[in-house]
Amino acid sequence: MDKIKVEICVGTTCFILGASELQELERFLPEGLRDKVDITGATCLGMCKDDNYGQAPFVRVGNRIVSNASISSVIEQIEEQLKHR
Amino acid sequence: MQANDANRVRRELLIKIVREFMQGNLAEKIDRIPYELRPRDGQSSRCCVFKDRAVIKYRLMAILGIGVENETDEAKPLSEYLQDALDRELPDEDILSVLDVACSHCITSRYLITNACRGCFARPCTFNCPKKAIAVVNGQARINYDLCIDCGKCTQVCPYHAIIRVPIPCEEACPVNAIRRDEETDRQYIDFKACISCGKCMTACPFAAILERSQIIDVLKLIKAGRKVIAMVAPAIVGQFAGKLGQIAAALHHAGFARMEEVAYGAEMTTTHETEEFLERMKKGDHIMTTSCCPAYVEAVKLHVPELLPFVSDTPSPMRYTAEAVKKQDPDAFTVFIGPCVAKRKEAVADQNTDYVMTFEELGAMFAAMQIDVSSQEALPLDRDVKGYARGFATSCGVSAAILEELHQSHPEIEMPEINKQFINGLDHKTVKQLALYGRGKLPGNFLEVMACEGGCVGGPCAIGKVTLATAAVKKAAAGEV
Ligand code: FES
Repeated sequence: MDKIKVEICVGTTCFILGASELQELERFLPEGLRDKVDITGATCLGMCKDDNYGQAPFVRVGNRIVSNASISSVIEQIEEQLKHR
Repeated sequence: MQANDANRVRRELLIKIVREFMQGNLAEKIDRIPYELRPRDGQSSRCCVFKDRAVIKYRLMAILGIGVENETDEAKPLSEYLQDALDRELPDEDILSVLDVACSHCITSRYLITNACRGCFARPCTFNCPKKAIAVVNGQARINYDLCIDCGKCTQVCPYHAIIRVPIPCEEACPVNAIRRDEETDRQYIDFKACISCGKCMTACPFAAILERSQIIDVLKLIKAGRKVIAMVAPAIVGQFAGKLGQIAAALHHAGFARMEEVAYGAEMTTTHETEEFLERMKKGDHIMTTSCCPAYVEAVKLHVPELLPFVSDTPSPMRYTAEAVKKQDPDAFTVFIGPCVAKRKEAVADQNTDYVMTFEELGAMFAAMQIDVSSQEALPLDRDVKGYARGFATSCGVSAAILEELHQSHPEIEMPEINKQFINGLDHKTVKQLALYGRGKLPGNFLEVMACEGGCVGGPCAIGKVTLATAAVKKAAAGEV
């Protein structure tokens, strides 16, 4: 099965509003998920434009965008997508 | 800096201010911001939205560079403060203030018996308390706070670790006891005669009640007016943004700065000069020399450790050298130091060549507001060839490493005094006491490097990147990878 792509936005807006913490996602990933995802950093995903910066940081999991992303909400989204496979 | 809600709120406010200002709407919108962020039927983070709004108003004032202390009329609207900010020529000298409405007036009794107490048979707490302040009531130990003298004996002897010390975070963090409670008004205040502007209280306060006055409006005003503004970036900047140094230069250019100058360039000069100074001082018979590049540390020595003062290097800091060089080349330009530091604001006031100081956090907010993404910039070539060790100034021990390298290169023939370097990585109550011992020659070492922030500048109060990652990035830069 293909791995789920997890792109952490490290664009400047996301970075200052919390993505710098998300860089530790890998560390907190439950054992069982490790080989099911492919985590990368991404340049600005284009979600922060205009007044939407309040929703940053953004992470793209598969083709879903997680806004206000935290390590736990990203893990939840990964699990959710694995369920529906 | 650790991620938390308070930091996030401050950053969002900064972004908002920059956006509205650059779009020319700030004067009209600023008074509405507290209401927009905390609408009547929305959620509050404190007791109610009304208090939240009051706090937001003061935060916005701080972003405008205006302290709570400057408030004479509570009803004065933010738009008028904005005008004051735009009219001023020079930034304020005081930097930090305690926002009493946000302060939670943390309890003064510092020891607390938790539920882990099992009211045991041996009761070492009651026996070891020198004031007989502990008694067991209904199967649990209790402290009589009228008798307690905060000695902490009980915490050490409890087999269950059931007694904890509850600190007052700002007081605990201040290395020089400059923040304390005014007994009469019961308010927390900063004693500016003792304050070294290290910013530790600001990051320690969980209620975000300590505010730093920003100069961002002053800088934006110049940029908007098309003036020539030069960004002098501290070596700690690598690792603060996901992007390379050349990309940061490009982003700064987009944001309206005429160009970027690396303060590492000044760090080279500091190094050369400080090296010579070290040799001279050793020849003269001094027992020790200590570094001068960390402004909070230098201030701490000036105000609190007279014994060590004669041994502080006279060499100007990298910021000063850089600013001097920039002004020489470009007398009409404005210089803005950009770093992770609160104390640099104070140092800059005394330096005629450094006009303004911005923090990495403010720069990040500026990029975000202007929708400039560092990581997608095309890197600009760096115009200056800076030595690797100078880029390493931002981590603890960076300075000594630089000096040693310099000594070795510039004086291979010279008879070198034996170097015994010592580091103090972060000021706190304990290390400040050690400083005095170094001054009196009671501790070994002839070269003492001190950084007020743990980890060096990368651990500064206004940094945005994680310290571990930022340190790695600075080390890489020092090794020539930018
Ligand atoms: S910076 Fe993350 S979406 Fe733009």
